[in-house]
Amino acid sequence: MAQKWEDTAFKAPMARARGLGSVHSGLHHWMHQKITALANIPLVLWGVWSAMTLAATGADLYTIRGFFAQPVNAILMVLFLGSVFYHMALGLQVVIEDYVHCEKAKPLMLIGVKLLSLVLFVAAAFSVLKLSI
Amino acid sequence: MSLSSRPLSPHLQIWKWSMNMALSIFHRASGVALSVGSLMLVWMLVAAANGSESYACFRDFATSIFGQICLFGWTGALFFHLCSGTRHLLMDTGRLLTIPQAEKAGVIIFVVAASLTLGVWGCVKFFY
Ligand code: HEM
Repeated sequence: MAQKWEDTAFKAPMARARGLGSVHSGLHHWMHQKITALANIPLVLWGVWSAMTLAATGADLYTIRGFFAQPVNAILMVLFLGSVFYHMALGLQVVIEDYVHCEKAKPLMLIGVKLLSLVLFVAAAFSVLKLSI
Repeated sequence: MSLSSRPLSPHLQIWKWSMNMALSIFHRASGVALSVGSLMLVWMLVAAANGSESYACFRDFATSIFGQICLFGWTGALFFHLCSGTRHLLMDTGRLLTIPQAEKAGVIIFVVAASLTLGVWGCVKFFY
């Protein structure tokens, strides 16, 4: 397969640049990594505190349901999940870009990470909603 | 140019360990570890939503020796990543960029992360 930086007869010059940086998509990614990192700080502290209080009471299903029955907790948990899984998708993307050099596996893994993060978020967030009502 | 003939940068074992390097590597390693560990959180929530049988299965795992080791490791990675991530955010504002500051920040990050991890587990084990 022709590499991104190789020229072929039908390739427009733009194809040499797109997806390889310097087309301003990096800044967007970077900003979102940082914004979710910032949001993660209070959310993680709340999450650890909540996990501690739940664990200290034995973390049985009854306690968990009672916890999420309070709207504040359900809302914060969904926000936590959204911020963390978006942050995770962005972070793992960079790790894959850095270490995976196989031109076939790389795009598949990048797509896989995005989809997996979305699936995990939806499954977890839906579960919180179900527990909360 | 084919992939295999592209130049390689010197690999890990060439470099002498420094605090800067340790922080960078551990930030990435903890980020990946947290990603794997997040599966356990999702498992807990889905199992709880699914009913008492599924939840009991999760709870058996979480309270087993192996489950507790996973959770302990996850807590440690979380606090390290949290502290180290805060350093990243401060560096983005132009602070803490010199080598002596990195050395100092590194010690603070390791000590604070370890203390928080042990503190949280100490509290939970004490009260439960
Ligand atoms: C469960 C929660 C979290 C997960 C799963 C997670 C995951 C990740 C991953 C996979 C990376 C990529 C590592 C790399 O590129 O080397 C990353 C980077 C980062 N994380 Fe997190 N993280 C979490 C929580 C946090 C928190 C609480 C903060 C708070 C400050 C934070 C701050 C950062 C920052 C600033 C970066 C970017 C580092 C850079 O610019 O190279 N993360 N995270």
